[in-house]
Amino acid sequence: MNPQLEIQTIAILVAISCSLSGVFLILRQMAMMADAISHTILLGIVLAFFVIQDLSSPLLIIGAAIMGTITVFLVETINKTKLVNEDAAIGLIFPFLFSLGIILVTLYAGSIHLDVDAVLLGELAFAPFNRLIINGVDIGPKSLYIMLVILILNILYIALFYKELKLSTFDVGLAATLGFSPVFIHYSLMSLVSITSVAAFDAVGAILVLAFMVGPPTIAYLVTDNLTKMIWLSVLFGIISAISGYWVATWFDVTIAGTMATMVGILFAIVFIFIPERGLIATMHSKKEQKYEFALISLLMHIINHQGTPREIEELGIDTIKNHLYWEEKFTEEIIDRVLDKNYAYIEDNILKISEEGKKFALSNYYHIVDLD
Amino acid sequence: MKNYVVNVNDMTVVYHKKPVLWDIDLQIPSGILMAIVGPNGAGKSTLIKAMLGLVKPVTGKVTFWGESYESQRKRIGYVPQRGSVDWDFPTDVLDVVTMGTYGQLGWIKRPGEKERELAIQAIEKVDMLPFANRQISQLSGGQQQRVFLARALVQDADIYFMDEPFQGVDAKTEKAIIKLLEELKNRGKTVVVVHHDLQTVPEYFDWVTLLNRVVIESGPVEKVFTDENLRKTYRSTSENLYRKRDVM
Amino acid sequence: MALSELFTDYTLRTVALGSIFLGIVSGTLGTYAVLRKQSLIGDMVSHAALPGICLSFLIIGSKNTEWLLLGAFLAGWIATIIINIIHTHSKIKYDSALGTVLAVFFGFGLVLLTYIQKIPNANQAGLENFLFGQVSTILQRDVIFMGIVAVFTILPVILFWKEFKLLSFDHDFAAIIGFSTNKLDLLLTTLMVIAVIAGLQSVGVVLMSAMLIAPAVSARQWTDKLSVMIVLSSIFGAVSGVVGTLISSSIPKMPTGPIIVVVVTIIAFISMLFAPNRGLIWKKVRDYYNKKELSTHMVLNNLYILAKNHEDPFHPHDLETICLYNNGLRLSKRMMKKELNKLKISGLAKEYEEGNWAITPEGFKKMEEIHFEGGGDME
Repeated sequence: MNPQLEIQTIAILVAISCSLSGVFLILRQMAMMADAISHTILLGIVLAFFVIQDLSSPLLIIGAAIMGTITVFLVETINKTKLVNEDAAIGLIFPFLFSLGIILVTLYAGSIHLDVDAVLLGELAFAPFNRLIINGVDIGPKSLYIMLVILILNILYIALFYKELKLSTFDVGLAATLGFSPVFIHYSLMSLVSITSVAAFDAVGAILVLAFMVGPPTIAYLVTDNLTKMIWLSVLFGIISAISGYWVATWFDVTIAGTMATMVGILFAIVFIFIPERGLIATMHSKKEQKYEFALISLLMHIINHQGTPREIEELGIDTIKNHLYWEEKFTEEIIDRVLDKNYAYIEDNILKISEEGKKFALSNYYHIVDLD
Repeated sequence: MKNYVVNVNDMTVVYHKKPVLWDIDLQIPSGILMAIVGPNGAGKSTLIKAMLGLVKPVTGKVTFWGESYESQRKRIGYVPQRGSVDWDFPTDVLDVVTMGTYGQLGWIKRPGEKERELAIQAIEKVDMLPFANRQISQLSGGQQQRVFLARALVQDADIYFMDEPFQGVDAKTEKAIIKLLEELKNRGKTVVVVHHDLQTVPEYFDWVTLLNRVVIESGPVEKVFTDENLRKTYRSTSENLYRKRDVM
Repeated sequence: MALSELFTDYTLRTVALGSIFLGIVSGTLGTYAVLRKQSLIGDMVSHAALPGICLSFLIIGSKNTEWLLLGAFLAGWIATIIINIIHTHSKIKYDSALGTVLAVFFGFGLVLLTYIQKIPNANQAGLENFLFGQVSTILQRDVIFMGIVAVFTILPVILFWKEFKLLSFDHDFAAIIGFSTNKLDLLLTTLMVIAVIAGLQSVGVVLMSAMLIAPAVSARQWTDKLSVMIVLSSIFGAVSGVVGTLISSSIPKMPTGPIIVVVVTIIAFISMLFAPNRGLIWKKVRDYYNKKELSTHMVLNNLYILAKNHEDPFHPHDLETICLYNNGLRLSKRMMKKELNKLKISGLAKEYEEGNWAITPEGFKKMEEIHFEGGGDME
């Protein structure tokens, strides 16, 4: 494999791993916990280094992952006191642990060659330089293998606990009564998030970990309500951001991780604005259309309700109907024009009367609209 | 014809493309104690919020005394659901009740001795004087509701909207609240209450609106609050539409 | 490093003064951020500021602090507006929107940073100082700037005191009684963004959120009044700034931003543990006494039930019988005797010979009252 392909493969592995666990993270409204963990693992790495004294040891990853879980635990502990809100608890714990990490790194900078900038910002371009050599044979970049293991771990976890995850995400109470411990799911998921973050941030930096964990699932959430589809779409969006990010970064010769995060944002913006039915444009448009549609049906229902009653002449008279619809005059005229245009109603003796077609249309739509639940 | 305080015409409220309220026509006469009753999800709170401009309707018009809501808002009092605020907010009973005067004060001007006096009076009215300086998180559910009620009293409005004021309060507070509402009515005020306890409707209220996304019926309790109408209200929404077909 | 040097050492004095201004600004606006459950807005804004700093540098071409901060402010402000749009126009939850915007903006900032670093002869060194902050580089000019920022952020808070309080406590009510909540929201959010940007230089992007949250969280534990909370929060912010600076100047290589954060978080922990009323330790003690009071009350209840079931209500019973009625308390005989003695002292129970006990008429009356009032709402 050439370095180009290697970098992209690593990025894709990271994207998929992060998007997978990220889906459950954002559904549980814990997106910012990912942000917190991506910061606090620095302290975990530093502390683990003090014990192991080897910067290349894979045990560092475990130390960092433990720190991620400790972060979750500390936040939960503060939460339980009910003295502060959950968001404040997160915002209290992670800068604290992160600061401790930075202080340790700076004070013992001589003994740790840990570049805080590199940790936080990451540089994917250097990933291929760190090779895995077994028996003197170079079998590829180390990150690639680490991320492969992490990806398998993510897939296994979600495949094994899919039912429990789904249940405890959407109905904590039910999950508990059915005997699935929400606490177990919570901590196992957060441990997975920690491990994934640590492994990934070694390869791509903290900020891209957060971008991949929260971004693609959020975009997918915008597109679908179905959990399975959301997982697949999330993976897809992750891969798209990774590949496009790589090529854009190469083109402009800028940071790969940063560009991938930027691509997540661009993808988000495109989906958010343009996606049919749910996008910004579609809802803006449909809000206006809805107003006309509802008004149209309202007018027809108004005719249905008053046709043949003693007040018909007043309520449905072409000159007096405006006084009973309470719309702006221009709007009323427009709606009446539309109704006449579509042959839903006709004018007889200066009274608005509904046609068979109009009756059918009004009633079927009325049921359709109100019967949505 | 009676003079109406509130006039709602053809109001439709849509949330995420689903109509929560459909084609609401509602007249609220002056000087009544009215309950809005209906099943969960019937749009009771939404109806109040739409009347008060918190939710924007897709179509329709609401007038208060024939005028727009904005021009009349100083005559309108509101008691939100107790759960809608954070009771751990650092403030005390007197402070919350004083908030009822903010509307009259307008921008920037601070409440003074006069406003304090009004607030104290209202607190006394709801039997909370010994708690005036208490932090609001240390109040029971019933006491919190009394605080909100006192805040609305301070507004000195002509019509009051209350969203589930009996939710989670003890029997004693419930009695006290209803006594207060009757007193307001006797002073010629109009009170509109979102209510969920069907059994107490005839005892507490003289006017009722049965709502299930559409207004099933609205009028004096003895005329409207019938088994037949209640069945209509509490059956599924789709069935309700046959009402319209009957007319044809 | 002695405290007196704070007043003599010029650099230190400048830094301390800057920290005080920062403490006031972030303490005040942080109070609102925490109360409105928008604590993490600081984290988001400080990260989102990076592309603004870079773009500003690209446009101006120099490291003029004021211009860089203006760029940072605009980027942070736009990010909050975007989050608002996402939140109101889609079903996306607030935290997801926050996380996405944070990562994307910061990622884009890094793109710009690497782009700038490639520009030949660009005087870009030090731009990344914004990432981690550098209190020690603060000059008198910066302090004056911070002072101006402080005045312009605190003034609106004082002016719109009642409006901001109402908005934070009961948004809907504010709207109904005629305050434009959209405008108030925008003003308060803008002030928050300013507060965050003002702190960037000293504590840096990554740690600024702590300066917003920790002082407010600490202050909340000591008071139930919003005004006192803001003042305390400002004091905590300022004190940790000064203490952090002192520590960092007395320990070689100690980074200032992180140590300030450590100090301010420790203040928060101490407050949550030891503050009267709300503090955890205080709560534990109170729970202990409540439990004690409860058991005394229940023993009296036992005596009351015994009295009710006996034709002579004041007939004495021995300890064993009283213990039998022990509903759920499981007190030992020794403990039971202790509780009975307490009741005796308050005149609610009486001891007869051979260790027999009975309720007194006073105790009986008290229990009747409690049982028939049904534990009303009023305390």
